[in-house]
Order: sequence, then C-alpha cells, then structure tokens
Amino acid sequence: MDWRQLWEICSAPDNVPIVGLIPLLAFYIYLAVKQARANDVLIEQLEADPAMAKTHHRKTWPFKPGWAKEVHVWPFLLRIEFLAAIIITIILMIWSITLNAPLEEPANPNLTMNPAKAPWYFLGLQEMLVYFDPWIAGVVMPTMIIIGLMVIPYIDTNPLGSGYYTWKQRKFSISTFMFGFVILWVAMIIIGTFIRGPGWQWFWPGQTWDHNRLIYEVNRDLPDLFGITSNMAKIVFGAIVVGGFYLVGGGAVYSLFRRKMPKDFQRMSLLQFSLMAFLWLTMIALPLKMALRLLWHIKYVWITPWFNV
Amino acid sequence: MADENNPSGGGNGGGSGGGTGASNGKNGKVGLVERVTTGVKDDIQALKTDIPAKAKEQIEGLKDPTKTQVYTSIFRHKHDDTPRNRALGVLSNVFLHLHPAKINRDAVRYSYTWGMGGITFYLFIILTYTGVLLMFYYHPSKVQAFRDVLYLEHDVPFGKILRNMHRWAAHLMVIGVWLHMFRVFLTGSYKKPREFNWNIGVLLLVFTLLLSFTGYLLPDDQLGFWAVTVGTNMARATPLLGHEGPFGSMLGMTPYNDVRFGLLGGSIVDANALLRSYIWHCIGIPIVASVLMIVHFWRVRKDGGISGPAPVVLEAEADKPRRGPKAAGE
Repeated sequence: MDWRQLWEICSAPDNVPIVGLIPLLAFYIYLAVKQARANDVLIEQLEADPAMAKTHHRKTWPFKPGWAKEVHVWPFLLRIEFLAAIIITIILMIWSITLNAPLEEPANPNLTMNPAKAPWYFLGLQEMLVYFDPWIAGVVMPTMIIIGLMVIPYIDTNPLGSGYYTWKQRKFSISTFMFGFVILWVAMIIIGTFIRGPGWQWFWPGQTWDHNRLIYEVNRDLPDLFGITSNMAKIVFGAIVVGGFYLVGGGAVYSLFRRKMPKDFQRMSLLQFSLMAFLWLTMIALPLKMALRLLWHIKYVWITPWFNV
Repeated sequence: MADENNPSGGGNGGGSGGGTGASNGKNGKVGLVERVTTGVKDDIQALKTDIPAKAKEQIEGLKDPTKTQVYTSIFRHKHDDTPRNRALGVLSNVFLHLHPAKINRDAVRYSYTWGMGGITFYLFIILTYTGVLLMFYYHPSKVQAFRDVLYLEHDVPFGKILRNMHRWAAHLMVIGVWLHMFRVFLTGSYKKPREFNWNIGVLLLVFTLLLSFTGYLLPDDQLGFWAVTVGTNMARATPLLGHEGPFGSMLGMTPYNDVRFGLLGGSIVDANALLRSYIWHCIGIPIVASVLMIVHFWRVRKDGGISGPAPVVLEAEADKPRRGPKAAGE
C-alpha cells in the first residue's frame, strides 16, 4: 500500500473537487431518497383510502387549515439566499487561502505529460476512449448525451411525480438517470482520476504508479472469435451484431414496458418509444462494451475500412 | 429670532435710505459708494439670519433622510413593515424582481431545491468579478501568458487568492450545475410545462463545461496544454468533419481544414489556440450563457414558478386533467 501515492493523487489541487463531489453526491442522494420515501408512504396511504385522498393534505410537510399557503419572498426567501451567498463566499475564501490553483511548467509540446489527462469533468469521456474509438467516445457519445438529455421531457410521458420526490411512481426514469449520472458519468470520472495512471493503465488506489510498467494485452476482435477473415464478411457480421443488439434490445425494452409499465407504453407515440429505446440501448452499450473489453479482451465488434465500433 | 431680526433689518434699511437722500444733493459718486456699502451691509445682516435658519432646516431634514428627494428618487416606497411594502421591496427592485412577491410556503425549504440553481448563478457572478480583475493582468499571447500568471501569483497584491478563487469557483460551478440538474430530474421538474426550460438548462450545462474547458488552457502551462490537446484531439475523429474521423478523408479533410483546425486556429495548440480560447472564455461564451440564463430565469417564472413541493398525484388521477398545483386538501 503506497499511501504517499494515494495522497499525491487525492491532494492534487484539481482532484480536490472530485474528492469533495463524492460525499456531496452521497448526501444529496440521501436527502432525495429520504423525501421520496416519505412521499411514497403518503401516496400508498392515500391510494389505500380514497376517502382520505379527498381531504388529506397532499404533502409530507405539516400544514394546518389556518396557515397561509404562501409566504413573502422578503424576508423568507431572500434571507436564505443571502445566507447561502455568504456561506459560499466563506467556503471559497477558505478554499482559496488554503489551496493553490495548480500551475505546472510552461507548456511544452515536446514533453508529453504522462498521464495526459483532460480536465476532471471530462475524464469520463476520456475513460470511454479505452473502450471506443475517439469518434464514438469523443464526438458521437457526447452529442448523444446532450441530445438524450434534451429529449428527456419529450419522451418521458409519465405525468406522475412532477414537483415532488418519488421512487414508486417513476422507477424506470429515476433508475435510468441514476445509472447514467452516478454510475456512468461520476464513477467513470472517479476511475479516470484515481485509478488511471501512466499510459492510462489501471492502478488500484494505493498502488505505486510505475512509469515503466508494460502490459501485454492481446485484444481480439469479435469477428476473429468466429473465424471470420474476409473484410466483406467482417462488415456484414458487425452490422448484424450491432443491428441485432438494437433489434433484440428494442424487443426487450418493449417486452419490459408491455409487462411492467403498460400505462406508460400506452401514452407513448411510436416515435417517442423508439427514440427512448434507442437512447436507452446506446447508454447500455457502454457498460456492455466495457465488459467485453475487460472480461474477454474484445476490442472491436464491427470492423469496416472506414470506421470500427 | 427671525421675528426679532426682520423688523430691525427693516429699520436699518429705512435709516440708510434717509442718508442717501441727504448725500445725494452734495455728490452723486459718494451716493453710489454709500449705496453699495449699505447694500452690502444689508446683505450681511440678512445672511446672518438666513444661513442659521437654512442650516437649521437642513439639520432638521437630515433627521429623516427617507424624506429627501435623493432618497425618494431611488426608493419608490416606504419601508415600514407592512405586507404591501414587503411585496414592493421585491417587485420594485430590478435585481430582486426575478422573484415573485410571494411563494409557496414549502418552496423555501432547502431540502426540496438544494439551492443549487441560485448557488450556480452566484458562482457565475463571482467568476465574472474575479475574471474581470484577472483580465487586467493577463495577455493572451504565447510570450506573456505564463509569465502573467507567475506575476499574478508572486507580485500582484492578492493576485494569488484572486486566481485561486476563480479556479475553485469554476470547479464548484460545474458541481453546482450537475447537482441542480440532478435535483430537477429527481423532482420531475422537467415535465409539462417546463420541457423547454429543461432544454435551456442542458445548453447552460454544456456552456458551463465549455467555459471551464476554455479557461483551462489560459495559464499556458503543461496541465492546460495537454488537457486541451487531449480534448481537441477528439475533434480530429469527428465523423465527416475530422481528418481522422469516419469518411473524413473521403470528404477532403486534412489537419489543415478540418473542424479541429477551426477550433484551434491551427493544426496544433499554439498562439492562435490561446487567443481563441481566451476570446471564447472571456467574451463569446459568457455572452451566450448570459442570454440563456436570462431566458432560463424568465421561463422559471413564466412556467409557474419553481415546480414544488407540489401535492402528490395518485396513479388513479394520472390521466385526468388537473389545473395548477391546487389539489384537494391544500
């Protein structure tokens, strides 16, 4: 266990935000789960008792008939905002006094940094480069993430859970977003920051970064495993595998929706459903490709003269 | 006092009037001098009474500054603690009128909003402020940039804390935007009628990351140089538009005309890339992001204020049309 190495990584000034992000994210997930649970209990109660549902206050916060429904922004909101501004300023001041922004040697194109890392918030994308070619990891995937986020309101047709925390009423959308944000985005950043060392090799936390370490990794392509050698056959084979993934996956998503979420499926148009299924499967393709690479050393699935997937 | 002085002043005037009448017969010039001196004396006498009176009035006026013209021209309403004044305090202030006068009593709870949108906006203000100060000491040229940062760190008064604050506020802002988006998702706040504002928010997320990324290169050190090199190398592989991307070379893309060349203003990260990221960082993206922020905040209000905490809706009521957040029991 190389504590010094671990400390060097954790205390690198630009890594401190990520060290801070982990407990912060944990706290806010806890806060959300706590409120979602309380709301779900209330929803269960009200659904079990229709008479109660007609009269009962629909929030978990206390409310009595005589109370005003609204409060003045001044002072009830503005004092909170003012306080928040002061607290943030103090945190920033202390942070800026105790920790200096990094400044390395002057830029030198002839001296490559090893590992050369992108800013921490892009390390998830850089980690993706291990599993996909740059055109997917660096261009297509980020574009799909942005487009995917933007279409969320138009493909999530579930009218429930608007304006309150809940798990029971939005299991699919919340688990999808949690998976995408916490596992694929934040966890990949953590891997990129704390695990990846020189040569972008995998070093467990506490393992010394060995700049001379070489790993002889024999990566195969999927067509090779099936004994396919001709270029034409590889193109066709890959197209079938990738197309098959989306077709079979689409069928699986359909089956899941028909059985578990028939109401949501009913509300969706064909375009909404296929867009949702496509984006969802593309997201799932990332951990699948990671598994192929890490467990079976498979590099490419689809090989063509123009691009590889 | 004024009552006593006024009649005595009048008596003086009468006396000098008689004097001038007598001297007038002897010499006109003497009469003029006399007239002037008596006039001045008269003024001095009047001054002695007017100034204390005015001064007293002034001091009396200062006892209640809220009645001065300057004050009433700035603040249009009174400040005694009445509901009307509380509302006016928010509505008649250009900075505060982002808020409604009144909000849902549960919406002020920290546990619902986490305050992340507001904190992000506050960090943007801090970044603008510290950023402008940093611009005074920074030249976006290969010769000067790195030295300017060294100068900032070692010679400029408070230069080090200025740079530190700018950097840490930037990192905090990225985290703030993520957590804000996370909260908005978990509370389903992107749902009808807020779909469009969610889209503006996604764009703001992208611009926040781009702002941070373009700033990364500016110290012109190894960290920024290689981070931006790694980042922009991806652009080589852009399908169709990058020279290493699928179908790129077929469309005639080379390192000298592809999308990466456009981003960097060259085929490597050099002086042009430094200038471009400086201009994007300090002018281009902040303007676009500010415009989007205006739209974002405006839409929050126009879409009915912040989304909750709203009364829970039961499964059986899901497809029934509901009007506003006022459901049974509230």
